[in-house]
Amino acid sequence: MSIDLSQFIPVFLEESFEGLEVMESGLLNLEENDAEAINAIFRAAHSIKGGAGTFGFSNITDFTHVVETLMDELRAGRRSCSDSLKSVLLSSVDCIRLLLEAARDGTACDEPQIKQVLQQLEAELSCDNEDKVAIVSNELEIIDLSSSHVPVMETLGWVIDFAPAPHLLMTGNEPILLMSALADLGQLVTNAAIGLVPSLDELNPEELFLHWKINLYSDCSELAVREIFEWVEGDCSLSVFPLQKSADVTSEESVTNDPVAPEMTFEKATEQPANAESVEPASASFETLSPKISSDSPAAPAQNSRKNQADQGSIRVGIDKIDGLINRVGELVITQSMLGQVGLEMSDCDHPGVERLNDGLVQLERNTRDLQEEVMRIRMLPISFVFNRFPRMVHDISSKLGKLVELKLSGEQTELDKTVMEKIGDPLLHLIRNALDHGLETPQERIAAGKTESGTVHLNASHQGGFIIIQIKDDGRGLDTDKIREKALSSGLITTDQLLNDTDIHDLIFVPGFSTVAEVNDLSGRGVGMDVVRRNIEALGGYVAVVSEEGEGSTFTVSLPLTLAILDGQLIQAHHEIYIIPLLSIIESIWVSTGSLNAVVGRGCLFSFRDEYIPVISLSDVFGLSETPKNFTNSLMVIVEGGGKRAGLIVDELQGQQQVVIKSLETNYKRVEGFSGATILGTGQVALILDVAGVIKMGLDSSTSRYPHAATKDNGHLLAKANI
Amino acid sequence: MTEIVEPLLLKMRQFLTFILADEEYGVDILRVQEIRGWVPVTRIPNSPDYMKGVLNLRGEIIPIIDLRIRFGFPSLEYGATTVVIVVWVHGPESEHCMGVVVDAVADTYDVSSDDIQSAPLIRNGIDPQYFEALATMNEKMVVLLDLDYLMNSGEQSGADLD
Repeated sequence: MSIDLSQFIPVFLEESFEGLEVMESGLLNLEENDAEAINAIFRAAHSIKGGAGTFGFSNITDFTHVVETLMDELRAGRRSCSDSLKSVLLSSVDCIRLLLEAARDGTACDEPQIKQVLQQLEAELSCDNEDKVAIVSNELEIIDLSSSHVPVMETLGWVIDFAPAPHLLMTGNEPILLMSALADLGQLVTNAAIGLVPSLDELNPEELFLHWKINLYSDCSELAVREIFEWVEGDCSLSVFPLQKSADVTSEESVTNDPVAPEMTFEKATEQPANAESVEPASASFETLSPKISSDSPAAPAQNSRKNQADQGSIRVGIDKIDGLINRVGELVITQSMLGQVGLEMSDCDHPGVERLNDGLVQLERNTRDLQEEVMRIRMLPISFVFNRFPRMVHDISSKLGKLVELKLSGEQTELDKTVMEKIGDPLLHLIRNALDHGLETPQERIAAGKTESGTVHLNASHQGGFIIIQIKDDGRGLDTDKIREKALSSGLITTDQLLNDTDIHDLIFVPGFSTVAEVNDLSGRGVGMDVVRRNIEALGGYVAVVSEEGEGSTFTVSLPLTLAILDGQLIQAHHEIYIIPLLSIIESIWVSTGSLNAVVGRGCLFSFRDEYIPVISLSDVFGLSETPKNFTNSLMVIVEGGGKRAGLIVDELQGQQQVVIKSLETNYKRVEGFSGATILGTGQVALILDVAGVIKMGLDSSTSRYPHAATKDNGHLLAKANI
Repeated sequence: MTEIVEPLLLKMRQFLTFILADEEYGVDILRVQEIRGWVPVTRIPNSPDYMKGVLNLRGEIIPIIDLRIRFGFPSLEYGATTVVIVVWVHGPESEHCMGVVVDAVADTYDVSSDDIQSAPLIRNGIDPQYFEALATMNEKMVVLLDLDYLMNSGEQSGADLD
């Protein structure tokens, strides 16, 4: 018996997906007469086609064949590499990917897109080479024949009705092996009756629901046929009839012998002999036998072996299990630090066991830390998962905009948390789209400016402390400071007397409702502005900034925490309560003196911080911790930034900085204004994590509502009320 | 997680009762996850006064509610018998865990559903829906609480008893 091919299907799929990437990147970078690149693409297409043929994915074979033919002509120099050809080929890569995915998932793939692209490919093939057309269309015809009806010729052979019991696979037998053994005897036409196959959610992949009607065109003896089924005799019902007459008899037989899905078999049986006789033997057995095996029949063995394959390298785990694990480890860290504190308290104690206890605690601490790191790493994936989708996007957009762009990627191996990754894709996409649309000039403009015709967008990722820094850098025209200022003035965002440096002005592009482009085009102005980008990034606990020089280009820098599960926090105390301020939001912490505070009509107080007046917010006040308003003089102020606003938070004490495991308040309670979550401190105590943007909003709201009638009451006492 | 059996389907039900200002109240015992002694909790700023704060329950952050204040009784200094009953509450979308501070735990009773009568309207100002039913146990009247309504109504609308 021959080897079980299905065990190689996962490898084939994996290699084919890689091949597709080779094709895609090759096509994106394809230059005229770049023989090497063309060869690489051709080879990739060729091996996908070959593999698909071997494993019986005939739809992939057919499709890739056309692509391969085109590439072959390119390779031979019979065809020039036009942009339209490139884009058709690129979309055919998408189609092959769809087909491969369908083959992997065992589903049918009948996307209209595939048909459309196939037509485009054929149009390309026929457009400028008359000689080729004839050959190609011949080939296509041959493929078409497989489904058309042609008069049947009498052939000697056997009709085999093979109905395996559902448990056949569990006995270690595989129908595909039997089929290939039969195929060794002669030409084979198989029909699978799929009438018994349950719906997907009821399907047990370890059971076999298919029955086969096989026409074997061969002069072998009945014994030879029966021999093949010897091993499965007890596990199937088998009947073998001589095949002498035309398809009518066959179909009649199939109706009578196969009560399972008579209609199905009848239909197929009538068309099958047609293939067998009209197509040359080798391809006939592929055309007919193979699709049955690939799509209808043992999805089971294919799936099983795929699982085995995956087991060796990686496993797929539900994210909830990992979250559970991370929670448990978080607990362990807390328990460990509680024990650590007990150990410290006990070190004065005069017990011989204390030293051993402390040794053990030190070891526990190290192991816990390692464990936490390892567990966190489970969720970490290289950022290439996000980056990989950009080359194609840049290609599509730049051709739409008529710009020449080179996209450089670096630091793709930088790892970050999967949840962050899922959420950063869209903001990054927007930033890149923005760089292409607003940043880069057209080739003519670039040449006029003395630059190279083609612009560069550089996407780079790197680690910096607990953060990942993603930079999107273009060498385009840069931000037009005057234009932004004008626009901001006209829309009332700033006033004429406001002194703003370039950085401040550049920052204005992140303000809601701001757009420098006068006309709305296909790519921008669809209501998704930079303010949304900033908001989404800040929602992840990150920050985005822009540095730009007119005529030289702009650099957008996105800083993100590596994970959403832990956070670097500054512990602060306000009126006996401990809160955590995310370190990322803190600009600096200072002691305030009287001179730097300015009262504003009793509605609060402003602090002059580097040429800017920022509101002062007392945490005790906004959180209602104490009844008596505190005097702000000589207190500790933490200057924070969130939601694009800055403020000084008055706190009582700064405590340590530490990494904290973020816990949700919503799980059991609800969202609380001013807090983004909670954490558990080493003591087991819960501490709330400040949502800086929310606190600033609360502070500003309360400072205006706290003394609602102050202005009308008594102007003379306003200053006194301002607590200065 | 605790499987919560639909109470109406059961003939016999078991209740855990507790004391609140000398009155006895009961909750379905299948809703009770555990009973803990009082420990200080972390306050949630700008929340109603019956909301005592949040507590770390083996890594979960759960809210703790003082049922005395929730029902408008005068608050009592927490003592040796003060306990937190951790219960499961069905919310509109999910179920969650909450702690309820009561004066003391009283007893557990098996009650046949025939012995449970629906709660009559008491007087203006008290939402009768807080009370699922009344039962007589050891010749005492026990008010059976509808935890879902009690916990969800307060948290969503901010409605108070008084």
